[in-house]
This record gives sequence, C-alpha cells and structure tokens, in this order.
Amino acid sequence: MTYHAPTTLEAALGTLADGQASILAGGTDFYPALGTATPRGAVLDLTRIPELRGISQTVDGGWRIGATTTWSEIAAARLPPAFTALQQAAREVGAVQIQNAGTIGGNLCNASPAADGVPPLLLLGAKVELVSPVARRRLPLADFLTGPRQTVRAPDEVLSAILIPTPPAGASAFLKLGSRKYLVISIVMVAALIETDGETISDARIAVGACAPVALRLAGLEHALRGQPVRALNAPDIVGAADLSPLTPIDDVRADASYRRSAAAELIRRALLIAGGLVNE
Amino acid sequence: MNDALEFTLNGRTVATEAAPGERLSQVLRERLDARDVKIGCNAGDCGACTVLVEGAPVCACLMTAQQAAGRRVDTLSGLVREDAYTRALAESFQDFGAAQCGICTPGMMVSATALLRRTPQPDATQVEESLGGVLCRCTGYRKIIDAVMAAGRGTPTPAQGGVGAAIRKLDGHSKVVGQESFGDDIAPPGTLEIRVIRAPYAHAAFSFGDLEAFAARPGIETVLTARDVPGTNRFGTIPGFVDQPVFAEGIARMRGEAVAAVVGTPEAIGGISPDDFPVSFTELPSVETTEEALASDAPQLHDNRAGNIMCAGFVQQGDAPAALAGAEVVVEGSFETAFVEHAYVEPEAGFAEIVDGRIELHACTQAPMMDRAALAMIMGLPEDRIRIVPTATGGGFGSKLDLSVQPFLAIAASKTGKPVRLTYCRGESMQTTTKRHPAKIRLRIGADATGRIQGFDFSGDFNTGAYASWGPTVANRVPVHASGPYRVGPYRAMARAIHTNAPPSGAFRGFGVPQAAVAQESLFDELAEKLGMDGLDFRLANVLQNGTPTVCGQVFAQGVGVGACLEALRPAWGRERRAAAVFNEAEGDLRRGVGLAAGWYGCGNTSLPNPSTIKAGVRGDGTLVLHQGAVDIGQGANTVISQIFTEALGVSVSALVLMGGDTDVTPDAGKTSASRQTFVSGNAAKAAGEALRADILRRVNAADDAQVEFRDAQLLVKEGGKVHHIDLARMVPDGEGYVLRAEETYDPPTRPLDENGQGEPYAQFGYAAQLAVVEVDMALGTTRVVRMVAAHDVGRAINPLLVEGQVEGGIAQGLGMALMEEYIPGRTENLHDYLIPTIGDVPPIETLIIEEADAHGPYGAKGLGEHALVPTAPAILNAIANAAGVRMRRLPVTPTRLRAAIVEAGG
Repeated sequence: MTYHAPTTLEAALGTLADGQASILAGGTDFYPALGTATPRGAVLDLTRIPELRGISQTVDGGWRIGATTTWSEIAAARLPPAFTALQQAAREVGAVQIQNAGTIGGNLCNASPAADGVPPLLLLGAKVELVSPVARRRLPLADFLTGPRQTVRAPDEVLSAILIPTPPAGASAFLKLGSRKYLVISIVMVAALIETDGETISDARIAVGACAPVALRLAGLEHALRGQPVRALNAPDIVGAADLSPLTPIDDVRADASYRRSAAAELIRRALLIAGGLVNE
Repeated sequence: MNDALEFTLNGRTVATEAAPGERLSQVLRERLDARDVKIGCNAGDCGACTVLVEGAPVCACLMTAQQAAGRRVDTLSGLVREDAYTRALAESFQDFGAAQCGICTPGMMVSATALLRRTPQPDATQVEESLGGVLCRCTGYRKIIDAVMAAGRGTPTPAQGGVGAAIRKLDGHSKVVGQESFGDDIAPPGTLEIRVIRAPYAHAAFSFGDLEAFAARPGIETVLTARDVPGTNRFGTIPGFVDQPVFAEGIARMRGEAVAAVVGTPEAIGGISPDDFPVSFTELPSVETTEEALASDAPQLHDNRAGNIMCAGFVQQGDAPAALAGAEVVVEGSFETAFVEHAYVEPEAGFAEIVDGRIELHACTQAPMMDRAALAMIMGLPEDRIRIVPTATGGGFGSKLDLSVQPFLAIAASKTGKPVRLTYCRGESMQTTTKRHPAKIRLRIGADATGRIQGFDFSGDFNTGAYASWGPTVANRVPVHASGPYRVGPYRAMARAIHTNAPPSGAFRGFGVPQAAVAQESLFDELAEKLGMDGLDFRLANVLQNGTPTVCGQVFAQGVGVGACLEALRPAWGRERRAAAVFNEAEGDLRRGVGLAAGWYGCGNTSLPNPSTIKAGVRGDGTLVLHQGAVDIGQGANTVISQIFTEALGVSVSALVLMGGDTDVTPDAGKTSASRQTFVSGNAAKAAGEALRADILRRVNAADDAQVEFRDAQLLVKEGGKVHHIDLARMVPDGEGYVLRAEETYDPPTRPLDENGQGEPYAQFGYAAQLAVVEVDMALGTTRVVRMVAAHDVGRAINPLLVEGQVEGGIAQGLGMALMEEYIPGRTENLHDYLIPTIGDVPPIETLIIEEADAHGPYGAKGLGEHALVPTAPAILNAIANAAGVRMRRLPVTPTRLRAAIVEAGG
C-alpha cells in the first residue's frame, strides 16, 4: 500500500505505468464504493497536479476543463450561455460539500448512468483527453463512456482534461428530477440547448441522463427541431414517443422505466422552453 | 507504511500520520482527538463530518488525510473558539432549539459558518442551499434555518424558567461547541475493535471453518460465536417474546444477522475482508412479504409460531359488520405502507470495559435499565455486575430501545478482559436494526346520512420481520388507536404481526398508529366527500369529547382536546383552501391542494405497569443534584424534567446539577418511548420536588408558600419577612454524599383490557390535528409540501420551544414516510438510496399549542413525541387527493406511483 500524490502529470503517469494504482481525485465516488474498507494497493491522488486543474479558453475558441476541476469551480466560472446547463448541473451534484471536492473528470471516469455532468457535456460536443506514459489521445465523450461504470480508459491512462469545441451561441438549460431537494441521485435528467437566428431554431441539442446505460443525445428530435420556428417549442406534444426510442430506461428503487420515459419527455419539453427563452426556469 | 504529514488543525500545526488512503475523518477522530467531527455514513450522504478545508466545507469522510497535508482544516471546536460567526451560531442554535440530539450539529454549524463568512445575512433559500448537504433527523430543519438567519441578530432565549417557560435546553451548550460525547466518542484511540460477521442472505444455513486458525492471526484477539454467550443466547423486549439470538445458531433468519464476531486491534480489524472469515452460507427459501409468509407452504421462521403469525391484537365494541350492513353510506379501502428506517444520523455505537470485575458499558440508548436487564440474561450475571452508562444518543426514535452493539461489547470485554469498542457502519445499522412495520390494512367505515359514523371495521397485517422486538406492542396498540380520536359506533379492529425474513420491525415513533391513521383519515375524507360534507365539519361531528367512550370503553371526563385542535385549524382551513383555489385558476402543471387529519396517542405502556422513579439530593455544599434517568435522546427530557422538578421544589432551574441515567447512581425512569417521559417521569419529578420541598419546610416549620433558596452551603427558607437558615454543611451526609434527598415514583393508573379490548389502556391520551398544503406537479407526479399547520393538545406546554421542536421533527418524519421513505432489504441500505427529507423538503410549519389540561399530567401536561407524526402522512395524502384528484393508498407516494395514478384517472 502506497499513497502517491505527485505534483506533475509526468510523475503521475510514471506511477501508473504498471496499471495497478487506483486513481483518486475528489473522493466523492471513490470512498462510497469502498464502503468502510480502506483502499488496498497503491493510490494515485491527482489533486496536487496544477496542470490538471482549471478552466481556460483555447486558441481555437474552444475550452479546456482540467479533469480535477471541482464542480464548485465550474459553477463559479465565467462561461458562455451554452455552458449554463453544465453550470446548473454543477450546482446540483450532491450538495455543497460534494461540489467542493468532486471533480468533473472523476464524474466521467466513474461512469454512472446518472452522472450529472454527462448530459451537459454531450450538448457541448465534449471530448476527453487521455494521457498514458506513451501516448495522448482525444475522443468524443460518447465514445469514452461505454456502459454503466465502464469507460475505454486503460489502466495506465489518466483522463487529463475535457475539451469543448467552440460552443454555439445558443442558451442551454439543465433539469434534474429526484425524489427530494438535495443530495439526490437523478431519476431523470435533461440538458437542452437552443440556438436561434431570431425566429427560427438553427441548432437544437438534447441530452438525457439516467434513462440508458449511458446518457445520450436525441439526434432525431434535434434534427426535427432545426429549422422550426422558435414558438413551435410551445407545442405540448413537442416530444413524441418516437423521439424517445433511443432511451432504454430501467426499473430501480428510484422509479420505474415507464415513468422515466414519460418524465424524460416532460423534462425535455420544459428544458427546451427554458433554453429557447420562452419561459424562465 | 503510514505516511507522516502535517497540516493546520484549528489554527495549530499538527504532525500526524495516516495509512495510505486513510480518511481524514478517521485521522481527525482517532489520531488527533477531534471527536467533534461526527461520522454518520462514511459516504458523503449525511454531512455530519463536514469540516472546512481552506475555508470550504467538505466531507472529511470523502478525502484522504494526505489531501489535507499542508492545508488548513477547521472543525467545530476550533471554529467556535476562533470565529465570531460560529460563536454567534452557537448562541443562536441554543436560542432556537436548533440542536436536538446534536449529532448533526457540527456539520450544520461548520457549513453555516462558511455561508455566513460569504453572506452574513442570508435568506432562507441561501441557508437551505448551503446546508442541503447535512441531514438532520430530529428537528425538521426549520429551527436550524431560523437559527442561521438570526445568528448574531436574534433575541436571546432565557436560560432559566419554570413550567411553561420557553427556555434553552439545559444540555444544549456541549452540543454547539463540539463537546457532546456520543456512542463512538468514548473509547480511547487504539481500543480493541469488534467486527461482526453477518449473513448475506435473508434466510441461510451456515457452518464455520477453522475459527481457531483465524483467531490466531496477528492482531486478532478472539473470535466470538454463539458458543461464547455465557448466559442465554436470546434477547427481546416483551416477556414471552424474547426470541432474538445474539449470534445465530446454524440458521440465520434475516440478511445481516450476526453469526460471529472478531475482536482485534484496529489495524487487524480494518484489514479483514468479508471473504476472509471461515464461514460458508447456504441460501434457503425466504419470505419477504406478509402474503408470502401466510402461504400454506411458506418456510416457517419460528417453531412455536404457526403460520408465521406471531401474535394479534383485537378490540371490539358492538357488532361492526351488522352496523356497516345497515349504514347508509359506506367507504372502504386497502392501504399499504413500507418499511421505514429510523435513519438517525448516529449509528449504534459503544464501548465496554471490565472495572473491578464488573462490565461497564457506555453506549447510545433509549433504555439503560432494560439494556442492563437484557445483558444480565445474556451474560448469565446478576444485574449488579453490569453498569450501563448512557452516552449522548444521536437520535433514537424507537430503535435504540432495542439492544444492538451492547451484547457484542459485553461478551467481548468479558472474554478478553480488555476494553473494546464497536460502531456499526451505516450499512449494518440499516440492515439489522429495527424498522417501522410495513402494514397492509383493510378498512370499512359507514355513516348515516347526517354524517354520524355508524360502524368501523379494521384489519391489518403488520410485517414484523424475523424477530419479535416490539411487534407485540404494535399489534396491541393499533386496534386501540385505529378509530382515531373519534366516536365511531360499533367497532372491530384486528392487527396481526406476521414474521418474514426481514429485519425486525419494532418501535418507531407511533408503534403502528401512524400506519392506521393513514387508512382511517384517508377514508374519513372519502366519507365526508360522499356525504357532501366539509372535511373539518365531518370530523368535528364525530370527534371524541369529554365523556365520550373510546373504542375501549374508556371514558375521559376531562382533558380531551382533539376538538379544540381541529377548531384551531379552521382559520387555516378556510384561508389555505381559498388560496389554493386562486392558485389553481392559473393554467399549468402545478395543482395545489389542502388536506387535514387528526390523531391521538395513548401515553405510556398499554395497560401495563410503567413506573418512573426520580431521585434528587442536596450535598453539604449546597449543590442540588437531580438524578434524571429519563434518557434525553434530543427531545429535551433533561430540560423538561428539570423544569418540572424545580417548579415543584420552588427554585430556579439554574440551581440544578443533572446526573444522567447511569444505572449505578440513578434510579429507573423507564424507557424513552411511548411519549411517556414528560407525563410519567414528569410526575415522578414533580413528586420528588414536592417531597424535597416538604422536607425542607418541615425542618424549619415553614408554611407551604415559603420561598426556598440555595445560597452556597446555606439553604434559606423565606416566609413573610422572616428567613430561616438551614446550614447544610453541618448536616451529616448519607452514603451518596446527600444531606437532604427525595426519591419518588409514579406509575400511571391503567386497567387491563379484556378479550374484546375493553378496559382502560392509558391514563391519558394526547391529541393532534394537522393541515397540509401541497403542490402536485401533474405531469411529473412530484409533490412539494408547501406548508403545514399543526395543532397539538399537550395539556400544558412545559417548554413551548421544545414542543415546537417535537412537532416540527415529527412532521419531517411523517413527510418522509408519506413521500419518499421505503426501506428495501438488500437494496436501500445506505442514505443515498434510502431517502429522508433534506433541508429543502420540509416546509414552514406553524405550531398551534392547545392546552387542555389533563388531570393526570404534571401541571396538566401530556406526552407529545409520537403524536407529532401521527396525522402528518394522512394530512399530506388528503392534500394530494385535493390537489390531484387521486387517492393514494400506497406509501410512499413516489413520483412514479403518483404519476401512474394521475394517468389512470385520465390526467
């Protein structure tokens, strides 16, 4: 049992070379998974590596969010309206204590189907950057997450950053549904982004979490909304059953599958109205 | 290898060490003696361990100590010394009664400190957002919100006063400065620990491998199994139903049942993996529900309980089926409630050692004398060989009436001769300790066309789990209370307790009465609706009054205050329904509704002896000591009993030194349950105060209205212009050091119930009526409780501030039961899958105190603890029906269930 808390990514990667260490960041998923046990084997703590932390704009107009950036830092950052959904999600991860410790990279690597960070990042077309001792690769978030608690991260890789291409000019919204106000795991969550050129929807993006093994975008509905007048978002039947066909919700202690499906439709409808500027949240 | 590390703790640099990945919470508590950091869940679900790291609130259980290296860490005890905001919070929390049991208080105050540093004058929403990560199970949060908003700006609450005065809790200070010692706070660091080995299946056969080899491992002191129980391997709470083994013998009847325990050093215990222990389990067929348990081919849990039926309670008056057949209007329904977990933030914990050949056990508990009696049987020892010293109890609500950690501690200390400690993790606390009984209730009620109830026929099956616990009490109490506080005409009520392979259902605030009230008060609304009557008028037309016989044939000539409670709701009933109608004129998904419900609860044991004894003594130096054995689990018995005692004695409460329920020095004030402490122990305290006063007055031949005053070693008795002096220092102290003493016992007058449940089960009932306003989101099936108005007849409010605290806390639990709480063995054994209300879920609560004095109560007072949640769930259900047009008969009303009902109704 060894505890590593390197201050450079390079040193971290050296520790990971044998692929045996458990990676720790904010601890908010790491410890609950351990129960009362103490960690066995080596632990690699990424939180003292400055290059993994912080939010910056890239030269090409995109954004880079270091993997160990906390939810509180994301919530407090000055970011364009397309990030509103991500910032709203940041304020609904657990509660203040969790937001002060939990990191965006940890949220992705933990790969819960109900990870709050995923739908807003899917809206933004986020990519993740994975670094190993020998290579650096970037891949779309949707390809990184492969199932509940499953990602393509190799044991010797560190998720170093989330990369967001130049965001659209539209506004976004995030709605999380749970059975109580705080400290709640989503029954369903929805992130939506609407960009308009005055009267017409030029871009629509919708992502749904906790309704499939991995959160996903609803490409069919997005496509159908593009080119529609903004006021079309007022239609009560804006979300049809067919639009939800990519969702494969399950029954669990929080809700049953058919409820999740109907709640997802309703949350999408509401999120679109907010993102489209037709109602205030 | 441990890592050496340094950080700044509460302003001082500390050097310590930590195992790789050791939690900061563990290091703070066990290596740095910061026991003001409380551990409730080890998963970030409860926030009790909140500390500031570089000023930001985080859960100390979710970070490594190494992550704190070089940083500044602040805990409550340091902040309250150094930070003006925390000091203001400490005063304000006491002024508002924002700390009940006190286990969440460090997490709350540390979180609030961070808020006030940023926002010195927060609004309620800001408080909720900042404290949303800390769970409280006692207060209902509203006093906490008030305390944070008023910190540094409020009006102080007096620290002293007699009966009727809203004074601060006498034991509140230690809770707000991080000095209260709970069950896990007693053991010195390094004490031997116990790991209980538990069955992984609901029903299993098991056999052991080589236990001796396991016990020979480094750091392992011994292994305990059923063979190591020196006395009888059984415990329970009700004579005739003592059926639960400390360690299962060959067969485990519930998931989590103890089969063995390992005693060893903290390092050795920490290193045990569940697969290490030499035991093999074979899963056996099990029964989960009462239907399954009653099936003819069901596995039988206990040889002597045929058909898995443990017992039944029955009350009958007249011929209910015949009356219902002739009733003009009849409603009926089936109702179902879930297992509800107590979810106190403090898991069961304790410490034991051998002192002078006796077992001394410190643990959180609601019933030290019962613990001692049960342990004496388990240990095969006379009771005087065991001493129970209750620690502060971080919430109880009924479950800490039962043994949990105590037998393991006593056996381990006795076998090893060394001090031992045991703290349940959240998972084993939830798996193995008692629950509220799930109930399946069938009820028919009939009335004549004028709205007078003509018959009431109730039957309920209560899932009592694998062992008896307080199941017999629930079976007996429910038929006595199922009518609610009403005259219902011919009556029949049967409640059965059915065994299943689940954790034992036991005592939980209300002993089955809240479940029965759900059925009764829901159907009352339906009956009123069918009759075209107003729900409040219908209830008042049938409400119990002085002189009306109860369903047990008991007649109270005085003290029946339920009508007054209902009448007190009338203004809100009109106002809120008008407001809801206006609200509902708007289009949209939100529908607002208003509902009400009443309730009653008999204080004390049902037709059984139930004495409390209170002792007081005066030392030669003038110290007045109250041996206050009515365990304070946060509800305020220390304060209430003291107020009553000092009122009777005629001195200020500030003159008092409190001695707790240590079984060596304090007589038995009975268990903290059945809403009996204010009533029963209060009467004993009043009698003790009066006896001591009479003794004092007699010594100087003073009149009854003389004034008594302690002044150092002098006792002054003033009458008219004259002052008598009693020189205490010159008096000869007794063996306990007292020169004056009094000890009095009170046992409430009851009479047995006959085969039809007729008799006098309780000397007094307390009464309540509550009104709920809810908003239902019709498209999502979610419910938000907007406001509660609660009228409670407490006879006499000994301390109105504490009355409000009980009401608000009870309502929060009732709200949870109504909307979100459902314990499912094997699936919701943590505080993120099992949901209790957070600070954002409990609405503003208006408490209306009704004082219909009771002839048996001390100064007229009645019990309150359980009454507070009896009407809550049905009031919320009735409000949901009013808002959404659907009747929910299965609890909790989750969004899934409510939305399905709305869809089925065509919504």
